[in-house]
Amino acid sequence: MIDFDAVLRQVRGVRADELEEWIEARWVLPERMASGYVFHEIDVARVHLIVELRHELSIEPESMPVILNLLDQVYALRNRLKSLREAIETLPAETQAQLLARLKE
Amino acid sequence: MESPMAARNPYEVLGVKKEATADEIRAAYRGLAKKHHPDLNPGNKQAEARFKEIAAAYDLLSDADKRAKFDRGEIDESGNEKPRAYSYQDFAEAAPGAKYRAQEGVAPEDLDDLFSFFGRGGFGQAGGFNQGARGEGATIRMRGADRQYALTVDFLDAVNGAKRRLELAPGKSLDVTIPAGVRDGQVLRLAGQGGPGLGGGPAGDALIGIHIAPHALFKREGDDILLELPVTLGEAVLGGRVTVPTPTGAVTMTVPPHSNTGSVLRLKGKGVAGRGDELVTLKVVLPSGADAELDTFLKDWAAKHPYDPRKGM
Repeated sequence: MIDFDAVLRQVRGVRADELEEWIEARWVLPERMASGYVFHEIDVARVHLIVELRHELSIEPESMPVILNLLDQVYALRNRLKSLREAIETLPAETQAQLLARLKE
Repeated sequence: MESPMAARNPYEVLGVKKEATADEIRAAYRGLAKKHHPDLNPGNKQAEARFKEIAAAYDLLSDADKRAKFDRGEIDESGNEKPRAYSYQDFAEAAPGAKYRAQEGVAPEDLDDLFSFFGRGGFGQAGGFNQGARGEGATIRMRGADRQYALTVDFLDAVNGAKRRLELAPGKSLDVTIPAGVRDGQVLRLAGQGGPGLGGGPAGDALIGIHIAPHALFKREGDDILLELPVTLGEAVLGGRVTVPTPTGAVTMTVPPHSNTGSVLRLKGKGVAGRGDELVTLKVVLPSGADAELDTFLKDWAAKHPYDPRKGM
């Protein structure tokens, strides 16, 4: 867990005013403590992602909420898919084979 | 590092500047290759290794595409792709991603569909899946998934209790009541704040992992609060009333005469949530700077009162 200034040092290509804006827009959700923001690993990774989208891929700010939302939906979906896969792995081999055959059709 | 050869910057290996043109790079390579070519240095292992290094550097820098990738930091000196320094996806797909999930990737209806599909009894019957009409026989009723969140709590909020708002994906938040005395690493369970249930089943819970931020003055040991309190030489020797911070505000405490650095005084009931005590460890602090009067006094006093605090060492 790191603070606002540490994020600025750690993530190349992000300015303080931008990061403030992104927090304000709720693109990134650090914890708000009396002492300031607290960023978890996932928040720092998300700042990296936003830097890439904004600066390297030149995504317009208006499009960002849509893109972030869709990305998060995909990741949520993959998270559920993983649960499903894990559930399937607990099924008898015969049932798994049936399922696999079915999916290949 | 796999081998010392793999780690060297190809520009350094060829002895060219980062801005060098393709011709300069080729010229540098040819010069070095001639000098270190194994056929011209039979049996010389060092030359052979050096030649390999030169060849690898030239291989990378002579290819405009590879060179550009190297300059951008996308591949390393050996031409291998560098793992990205971070991966949002890794976090987002795992438990920490819960807070950014605006909506479930799978709507409850979708999962209902899936379970009703299983519920139609396809498994276990000869012939595999039953192709019955959609929507019939949704027999599975299931509790929603738990969701994990992390919450950092100020030291004093953890001691005294507080209300905090956990910011989730845009437009969502969870209000969390921090009970007084919550411990670091404790998980608070908010019933029904997790994923939605299936087939009319109850929602899962939100599991909130608590991390307690350190405090500049206080430390915590179980239900006791630990504090180091600086006192003057006069307060330590002669005793006196001093003001002491506690998690619930400052109180006055009596320092008994002849207290020393390391003496521990106990403030009953001033610990965590009224359960423990505050243990105050005294630390004698001399006046800053020179004090001629003190020096004069001590010269006289020390000569008359020798003692050895290091006897046991």
